[in-house]
Amino acid sequence: MSTLTEAPPPLAPAAPEKKPPRRRGRFTPYWLLLPGILWLIVFFALPMVYQASTSVQQGSLEEGYKVTWHFATYWDALAEYWPQFLRSVFYAAAATVLCLLLGYPLAYLIAFRAGRWKNLIMILVIAPFFTSFLIRTLAWKTILADNGVVVHTLNSLHVLDLTDWLGWTAGDRVLATPLAVVCGLTYNFLPFMILPLYTSLERIDGRLHEAAGDLYARPWTTFRKVTFPLSMPGVVSGTLLTFIPAAGDYVNAELLGSTDTRMIGNVIQTQFLRILDYPTAAALSFILMAAILAMVTFYIRRSGTEDLV
Amino acid sequence: MPFVNWLKRRLVVIAGLLTLAYLLLPNIVVTVFSFNQPKGRFNYEWQQFSTAAWKDPCGVADMCGSLSISLQIAVWATVGATILGTMISFALVRYRFRARGAVNSLIFLPMAMPEVVMAASLLTLFLNMGAQLGFWTILIAHIMFCLSFVVTAVKARVMSMDPRLEEAARDLYAGPVQTFLRVTLPIAAPGIAAGALLSFALSFDDFIITNFNAGSTVTFPMFVWGSAQRGTPVQINVIGTAMFLVAVFFVLTSMVVGNRRNKHKA
Amino acid sequence: MKTTPDNSGDVRLSGISKTYGSFTAVHPLDLTVPEGSFFALLGASGCGKTTTLRMIAGLEEPTTGTVRLGDQDVTNLPPYKRPVNTVFQSYALFPHLDIFENVAFGLRRRGIKSVKKQVEDMLELVQLGEQARKRPHQLSGGQQQRVAVARALINHPRVLLLDEPLGALDLKLRRQMQLELKRIQTEVGITFVHVTHDQEEAMTMADTVAVMNGGRVEQLGSPADLYENPQSTFVANFLGTSNLIEAEVDTKNGDDIVLKAAGGKLVLPQARCSAPTTAGGRVLVGIRPEKISLTHADDAGRIPEGRNRLTGKIADASFIGVSTQYVIDSPVCDGLAVYVQNVERDGRLVPGADVVLHWSPAHTFGLDAAQRIDAGTEEEVAA
Repeated sequence: MSTLTEAPPPLAPAAPEKKPPRRRGRFTPYWLLLPGILWLIVFFALPMVYQASTSVQQGSLEEGYKVTWHFATYWDALAEYWPQFLRSVFYAAAATVLCLLLGYPLAYLIAFRAGRWKNLIMILVIAPFFTSFLIRTLAWKTILADNGVVVHTLNSLHVLDLTDWLGWTAGDRVLATPLAVVCGLTYNFLPFMILPLYTSLERIDGRLHEAAGDLYARPWTTFRKVTFPLSMPGVVSGTLLTFIPAAGDYVNAELLGSTDTRMIGNVIQTQFLRILDYPTAAALSFILMAAILAMVTFYIRRSGTEDLV
Repeated sequence: MPFVNWLKRRLVVIAGLLTLAYLLLPNIVVTVFSFNQPKGRFNYEWQQFSTAAWKDPCGVADMCGSLSISLQIAVWATVGATILGTMISFALVRYRFRARGAVNSLIFLPMAMPEVVMAASLLTLFLNMGAQLGFWTILIAHIMFCLSFVVTAVKARVMSMDPRLEEAARDLYAGPVQTFLRVTLPIAAPGIAAGALLSFALSFDDFIITNFNAGSTVTFPMFVWGSAQRGTPVQINVIGTAMFLVAVFFVLTSMVVGNRRNKHKA
Repeated sequence: MKTTPDNSGDVRLSGISKTYGSFTAVHPLDLTVPEGSFFALLGASGCGKTTTLRMIAGLEEPTTGTVRLGDQDVTNLPPYKRPVNTVFQSYALFPHLDIFENVAFGLRRRGIKSVKKQVEDMLELVQLGEQARKRPHQLSGGQQQRVAVARALINHPRVLLLDEPLGALDLKLRRQMQLELKRIQTEVGITFVHVTHDQEEAMTMADTVAVMNGGRVEQLGSPADLYENPQSTFVANFLGTSNLIEAEVDTKNGDDIVLKAAGGKLVLPQARCSAPTTAGGRVLVGIRPEKISLTHADDAGRIPEGRNRLTGKIADASFIGVSTQYVIDSPVCDGLAVYVQNVERDGRLVPGADVVLHWSPAHTFGLDAAQRIDAGTEEEVAA
């Protein structure tokens, strides 16, 4: 952002010699930027403004809405929907942690241990993208079905008793519980964790591992002191790419959850498309946006990877 | 002890492969259930083997129509976002201009924004403008959110390009236009292709933003969503499986061809 | 500015300079590169040599001054309209084109349709006929370098510019390519302007060398001239090694100046001194290490009269085959370098031995003592 203060080109008030104005294309960057940036301004930035304005309007569908600076909408929305907000943050955080735990070994495997299988595994990670994510999410209904293999196994191992006690599942069911939603979120956003992790791991010089080993570091120490710190950019962008969409998602909660697992995305969607209470919906999505931007900014500052952006 | 040691050394590999299995399991289920013959309206439980759905993939009302709409939107969104995004990338990498920080933020923010927020605010805009929701509003929305991804992909490629290559072209009698067409564009092509491919996949698979701004138009993801409520036809699985296979086949052939060409040349 | 038919192909820079903001990369500079010569711009990195080259190519716009090719003022011509071609540092071969197309690039851009014969001939000249259909990354560094030369030369430029063309090659290959480039230049007779930081490279290849430092040309001349008669401490230290001894002007004796250094007496021909010499003034006396003879102190009497002499003690000796390099501490100056050919080795010349250094006054040169004595040494350049 420092480029905002970039010095303007010197106007050369007393040009010592005839200097031909050969700076062709001084305006080229602006022409190149214009259409795309205009698109983003009109269809991304402007809608935000409209939304902000809608959130402080009052009225009804029939009579139309007017800006009345009715900020109470925000308080009412928060008062009514804070459980969904909390739940969204909690589910998204859980899914992000799970993605990191699951994704790191696979990214590591592709980067360092896959040998000639590297390309194939890469394809297998990306290929599911090409099947509609809704279809794949619906498949989890089959996998986690009440009389399916997974539930049977978990039940016979008494895992479900434990998760029931924790409140993650209900009775003998996994579907329509928080566990199912988090499992779906984790699944859906896992590739967004693996790819940045892989990119940053792949940049690490393999000889660093040997050097660490040569300097008396055991494998686990090498990982903690060398590999993991060097992969931090990937960890940061991976967690962001997972957390942000997960927090706003409503598909998994809708398909795999129940009314007790509704996330803030579900509320916004319902308010907007079914109840048609636009001010409340706008206020909710504004709060969500502000909360996420605040968290992202804080997180990027903390992890010291501003250059990531 | 030897077994424990063996396990310890391969812990990463085993964990990684388990994750891979987790990633692929739904695809396997989708494939297997495309041969199912369900009893009720929902295709969630295995009944018996059948190839009926494969023989008649368009046998469900409206499904192939929605598929065609999705493909059209994806193609145009890809074209639009790729052109606009490539232009922005070149401006960002090659030129110095004011407000670079603002431009960078404007490109980064759509990627850092939950889809539902963008979807809702865009709908607010369209409602305020009194726009007719449908094909065009979906297309506008898709170009908008694909743009940032194209910029990211192309920028990376153009940044890693040696600026001396363009100087060499100019030195070898290529004017600005020739330099761009003969050197810059071909070298940036892999980045542009990656951006375009990503755009296509994102657009084709988008549900949340589309759902808000589609009006009565039904894209393929919206059809799937609707069927999750009304009853899931087996044909959905057929389409899902076919898409997966086509994608894998496409990537594998391009890899094999690439390998052979390299071997041949070396 | 006179224009005679004789120098119609000269490259002439007049008053050319380049500034970036407050930084001056090249101070106003006048330089004439004669047609058909092999001209080297030599200097450490950041001395302005590459900027000068790029201004000739048209890739950099001069802040002031003009670039002329013969009679034609090309200052305002874009690079693609200048009859000048460049061999870029690390070659800048187009990765998406094969070798044939790389070489044909310039011809095609000028609208020449049938390029096959020319390209094949050119690839033959650089001995790469077999590689025509390979991509640049499939070739070795030396081969890539030859492609870069072929790609530029095929256009028959009036001037070929070479920007550190051998920098990426290993030492042995570099030697080989130096000879090869020299051969090509003689064969095609085109003016070559060669930018390098390697003084040995500049001296082996070029007819004329311009030594640049801090955006200015320090000295211009033939390699032998620069080496034997450096005009500044920078040139003396940057080209090879020099022993520089501070001395005081004592008297003048005909064409010679007599100097005092730590009680001793040194003679310097007036013609070889670039510094003002008033009695009592200070001068740096320079002498190349290989010009010095070394005699053990016991045999001091056998040294012929009329030679400059210094006494000293051997601090270090390293045997490097063809010669032995001594470091000698003398009362006038510590750490003098002396290279002695290994013809007849005197077994007494070992560290700790007292010796007499002596050389012909005709090999001595004199420099202005107001300069930094270590300008152009490796330590100084690195700092």
